[in-house]
Order: sequence, then C-alpha cells, then structure tokens
Amino acid sequence: MFRNTYDSDNTVFSPQGRLHQVEYALEAVKQGSAAVGLRSKTHAILLALKRSTGELASYQQKMYRIDDHIGIAIAGLTSDARVLSNFMRQQAMAERMIYNRPIPANRLVSSIADKAQVNTQEYGRRPYGVGFLVIGFDKTGPHLYEFSPSGNSYEYFAMSIGARSQSAKTYLEKNFESFADCSLEELITHGLHALRETLQQDKELSIKNTSIGILGPGGAHETGITAQGNFRILEDDKIDVYLQSMVPKEVEAPTVTVPPPAAGDDDVQMGDN
Amino acid sequence: MDHFPTNWGRPRNDAFDAYGTYPIHQRPNNVKDTFAEGVQHTQQPIVTGTSVLAIKYKDGIMMAADNLASYGSLARFRDVQRLHAVGNHTVLGASGDMSDFQYIRSLLDDLVIEEFTEQDEHTLGPAEIHEYLSQLMYARRSKLNPLWNSLLVGGYKDGKRFLAYVDLLGTTYSASTIATGYGSYIAQPLLRKAVEGREDTLTELEAQAILEESLLVLFYRDARSLDKYQIAKVTEGGVAISESMALKTSWSFAEGIRGYGAQTQ
Repeated sequence: MFRNTYDSDNTVFSPQGRLHQVEYALEAVKQGSAAVGLRSKTHAILLALKRSTGELASYQQKMYRIDDHIGIAIAGLTSDARVLSNFMRQQAMAERMIYNRPIPANRLVSSIADKAQVNTQEYGRRPYGVGFLVIGFDKTGPHLYEFSPSGNSYEYFAMSIGARSQSAKTYLEKNFESFADCSLEELITHGLHALRETLQQDKELSIKNTSIGILGPGGAHETGITAQGNFRILEDDKIDVYLQSMVPKEVEAPTVTVPPPAAGDDDVQMGDN
Repeated sequence: MDHFPTNWGRPRNDAFDAYGTYPIHQRPNNVKDTFAEGVQHTQQPIVTGTSVLAIKYKDGIMMAADNLASYGSLARFRDVQRLHAVGNHTVLGASGDMSDFQYIRSLLDDLVIEEFTEQDEHTLGPAEIHEYLSQLMYARRSKLNPLWNSLLVGGYKDGKRFLAYVDLLGTTYSASTIATGYGSYIAQPLLRKAVEGREDTLTELEAQAILEESLLVLFYRDARSLDKYQIAKVTEGGVAISESMALKTSWSFAEGIRGYGAQTQ
C-alpha cells in the first residue's frame, strides 16, 4: 500500500525498512538474459545467453575481459555494464602499474560493490541497473563472485543471474557437489545444462546465442592457451563441440521449473536476487 | 537574457557577457595561494645516511647499514635505524636524506595498515613494494622535487628471494649483491667476489661475515660512516633486524706513521 509514496527517492525508506529504488534496480537485473557461473578446483567458467532484437540484428555482448585473470558476465543495463567494467579495468591496470601484481579478484569486486553502494545512499543518484558474475584467479585458485546493484557481493561455488535464472539455480543446487573435481569439458557441460533451463519453451542453445568465458589451463578442445590459463571468451563455431556434449532435452529427467517471481510483488526482498 | 534554466532565479553574473557583445571590465582577482608559493622543491639533502649493503644468500636476504645520520661533515645522530621492515616479507634500507626516508616510511606504513584491514590472504611482498617505490620516486623526479634517497628493497616471499634498488632519479635495478653510496664503489667488488655464483650455498654466517667485512672497509675509507651498525635478515620466518653492533677496528698501523704514532717528526 505504501509502496508508491516511498519509492521515487533513493534516500527514503519504506515503513517496512526497504529501499524500493534499489529493489527496482534488482528487477532490472532480472530483466537481462541469463548468465551462469561455476567453478572447479582448477577452472572457473561463465556461460551467457545472448539476446538479439531480431533476425537482422547481432547478438548483444554479455562478457567482458577485465584482465588476464578476471572476466565478467553481465545481466541488466548494458550501458551501466560498460561503465562499471571500464572502472574495473582501470582498477586492474592501476594495481599492475603501482604494485606490479594482478589485482586480487575479491578486492576488485569489493571496489565496485562499494562504488555501487554510494549510488544507493546519495540523493539524486540512481543505483546501477546491472549485475555481474565475476570469475577470477589468484594464488588460492579460481573464484566466482556475484555483484548486485544493491552493493552486495558474495563468493559462490555456482550462481546464476538474469531472466528465469531460478531454474538454472535449481540445476546448480542439485549438481554443485560434483563440480570441484570436474574437468573443464564436464564443467562446461554442466554449465550449458544449467543455462538451458533458463530458456523459454521453443528456444534452444545455439552457437549464435551462447558465449562461454573460461579461466584456467587449456582444455582438450583448446590450443595455444597460456600456462596460467588467461581469461578467454568462446563464441560461434568454437562452442559447437561443447553444445554437442550436452545430453538432449528429451532424455533428461524432468526438472522442476519454478515460475518466475511476479512483478510488483511485495514479497520481493532486497539483497537477494 | 540568460537561456539556461538553471540560472533563473539565481544571482546574476553581470560580468559574464553571454553573447560577447562588448568588452567587460573585470575587477582584478588577486587571490594569492600563499601556501603554494612557500612550497620549495628539494635542492639538496640535509641530514644524510651513507652506504647500505645487501646480498642474497641461501635462506633469503641480508642487508646492512650503519647507525649514522650526518649533518654535512658532522656525525650528528649516531643511533639512527636506516633499515625498516615493511610487512612480514620486506626490508627497506635507505641512504640519502633522512627526512625523506621518514616520509617514505610513513607512506609505506599506511600501505601496510590498508593491507591489514583487507583481512584477506593477499599481502604486499617485496616486488610490490619495490614497484610502488619506483613509481613514487620517478614521479617525484619528474616533478623536479625528488625524494633524495637511494633505497634498497629486499625480501623473501613464496619461496623466492627479492633484491632491488631504486633511487632519487627513479633508476631501478636488481642483482644478487647491491650497495649504495660509497658502498657501490668500495664494497660492491668485495660482495660480488664472495657472493656471485654462490647465492644458493652461501650460509648465514658467511653472509654476515662478508657484510661485516665490507662495513669495516667502509668505516676505514668513508669519512661519513660509523662503526655502529645493524644487520637485517629476511627469510621464510619473516624479517629480523638485529640490535646495534660494534665494528672491531684496528688502528695499530698508525703507530708507524710519523705524526700519528708515538714517534715525532
């Protein structure tokens, strides 16, 4: 009932103690197409579903390389994503210039989380309308983080964001215990299965609408990857071999599809996605 | 009229002629930044430290420096510590202006505190400290306002030894033996002879011996040195800076010199 009077200013709490502007920003993330991230002991990967406006249009880029050891997948407002990823690249470069070391991924994610938090507390500024899945490599191994416009960031074994991402999360929750020891190819297959869950009825994953980001040593189908496994984005023909490795839909046990949360629902909680 | 809505209802700026219709006389604006005018650029070092020596040895790095800060030719401050630990992996040795060294120390201490507050497993090692100092020193030199020091950065992290040099010009280099000031002329040949090729077998006692011998020669030959010194050791176990020790000098040769010894002319 009170939602409309308390939701136009960032700096006004609702009587329930919520910031509706920030929650609407989280809705913007949910409008973006799905992205899935997962990691094993040796690799961290991102998979994203690319959207296009029509037959004639190109597919929207969903992944960005931040540095050799960090990559991101986005969901939400692409323009906000470009600005934030540019900031991340600057931070990464500054760390290399000043300290001659790759920026620790957790610190980079904290820096954009702190940056996003400013926009949830200052009058006249709007929150960023984009969420990231960030994969990074440091001396303790591969890591996966989620960044959301509320200014929260968490580390995960596996995560998904964007439209119908709950279905992907269900798949990931069922299977994540086996991820740690997976090979790169097995990990990608898991990720593709998870991403497939987010598709609408008549759609399917193809080389045109899927992109895969990988951190870690080169896999069986890759050539020329550096020893430390720099971040690379695979698209188009390169991913065909991975799509072929998926189990066809009919053979799979029926998965529980959770209906997407209704828009304008007062049960939407801030801080989650 | 002023077409910008943001200026409506606000005090007019009559000095701004939006359409450039005529020359406007403006009152002279003599705002002086007195502080900025008083800022001077470093021209010469005042209170200075002399050589710093450092070598790689089997277990890590060893660095040595005496305890003197000279005021020109006066041996003014005789208990100064010119070796400084930075975090658990690095030691910094400074020669040159001691007030600039104190400034650098406070910058590095701030870095270490920032690092500590992150509370993650990532810590600044000697390579990062050296890169930071290189950027700092070169930037200051490019502003014609140098930090008048020659610095040695040594450390041990993740199983690797690190030893490098950076100075007031921003020059950097890395080797298994390095020395600053007079040490680079007098001690360096001694250090190289003893260490080069044997970095992985040189024991702690041997390393300490060669550093002490070099400091002794320097005390005999460098008129701005002192016979009180400290040695820092960086190994897997961290940074250890010793207490001040005394050099055992022998001036008995002076007996035979006319005017110095017992005999008169």
